[in-house]
Amino acid sequence: MNGLGETLLDEADETVRVRLIVNGRKVNCEVAPRDTLVDCLRDKLELTGTHAGCEMGACGACLVQLDGRAVHSCLVFAVQADGARIDTIEGLSERGVIADLQAEFHRRNALQCGFCTPGMLVNAQELLSRVAQPSREEIRDALSGNYCRCTGYEAIVDAIDAVAKERSKARNAGGGGA
Amino acid sequence: MKARAFSYFRATTIDQALDAHARAGDDARFIAGGQSLVPALSLRLQAPRLLIDITHIDELRGVRREGGHLRIGALTRHCEMLSEPLIAEFAPLLAAAAPFVAHPAIRNRGTFGGSVALADPASEFPAMTLALDAEIEIAGPSGRRRIKADDFFIDLFETALQPGELITAIHIPLFKADQRFAFDELARRRGDYALVGCGIMATLTGRRIDDVRISFFSVGNTPTRVKGAEATLIGSGLDAERIAAAQGALEGDLAPPESDEVPPAMRLHLARVLLGRLLGRLGEDA
Repeated sequence: MNGLGETLLDEADETVRVRLIVNGRKVNCEVAPRDTLVDCLRDKLELTGTHAGCEMGACGACLVQLDGRAVHSCLVFAVQADGARIDTIEGLSERGVIADLQAEFHRRNALQCGFCTPGMLVNAQELLSRVAQPSREEIRDALSGNYCRCTGYEAIVDAIDAVAKERSKARNAGGGGA
Repeated sequence: MKARAFSYFRATTIDQALDAHARAGDDARFIAGGQSLVPALSLRLQAPRLLIDITHIDELRGVRREGGHLRIGALTRHCEMLSEPLIAEFAPLLAAAAPFVAHPAIRNRGTFGGSVALADPASEFPAMTLALDAEIEIAGPSGRRRIKADDFFIDLFETALQPGELITAIHIPLFKADQRFAFDELARRRGDYALVGCGIMATLTGRRIDDVRISFFSVGNTPTRVKGAEATLIGSGLDAERIAAAQGALEGDLAPPESDEVPPAMRLHLARVLLGRLLGRLGEDA
């Protein structure tokens, strides 16, 4: 009647197959229900650009886009994402959509060790896709869930601010932006 | 840390979800956004045998007008509180509180129903259901029911939800032209849990308060209405003397817990400061 097998509770240690569209490619993955999306991406798909930091949603190093919105991949079990579209830092880099952000981070030394950078970029990309020209205050607020222990944030805010202005300028000039 | 092994079931109807819960002998948890549950599982504070994913149940989705209420589906995400026009028009207090809920990436995934069901005493939305005089719509093994927010929050992380029950929607009386609202919180850093937070819904005639509901969070085991302060305000204008009286009444309304970080006297002081600011803002708007 409801599609539930009698074995509902016998499968805890068994793997299940999840289907994802990761960076535009369809992939199948065998995961245990308790495997988080970040572990699935890193261990099964070898996409190690997404970093596992605190594993409790505090540090922001594991941000990916799930169906177009930035989420913590440590706070999603891979099985929950079955059927979803996932974009990681690798995909965003290859598509070139954050090339200007990456260049500006580099130019302004907005990274030192680089551990937080993928999460920063994923978050910055979503912010700029929703708010064309955020104030510095809005940028800081958007980054409030991303820890950086090296830079002191100032250069990161500078970089995002500069890219927002450049993209706005390009749009206003009819260039269509990045 | 990693969660203990569990089984996973994705329900597409409420009946499926309730049935799965019963079959697991109630050793199960419903998961929606999972922004509090996943960390609790990863830290092994909880270790159910079965996780029942309710995010694919259509009946739990959507925001719509139903008579004099706004029905907000339990799966409505925090970020939708900021983007949904019906919320902005008919439940603006929720839209005002939403930017203070955690961080953007958490808001992209966390759900309104999940926040209310968890009943974290430091969370914004549970407290706002009190200020809004909301009704919680619940489905469970013994059928459907509705309960007033006033009767829902019982103790620390304890609500009127019985084992196997889940929140299906939250009903908010539609915001009216003679109503005013105010929200703010005091936190050490943006996105941190508030040291103290407050939301107010008031019905005014000119500057006279005809009705008011004031709800605090981060002040004790549950979100807390301050009925003493409310009583001092009803029937009076929002002048400095009356605001001071309401601030004074908080001592009888609130009993902040002992804490090394924020002693009770400090929290009470912050609550007074916050209430004064918010009532001041209401007065400016009136």
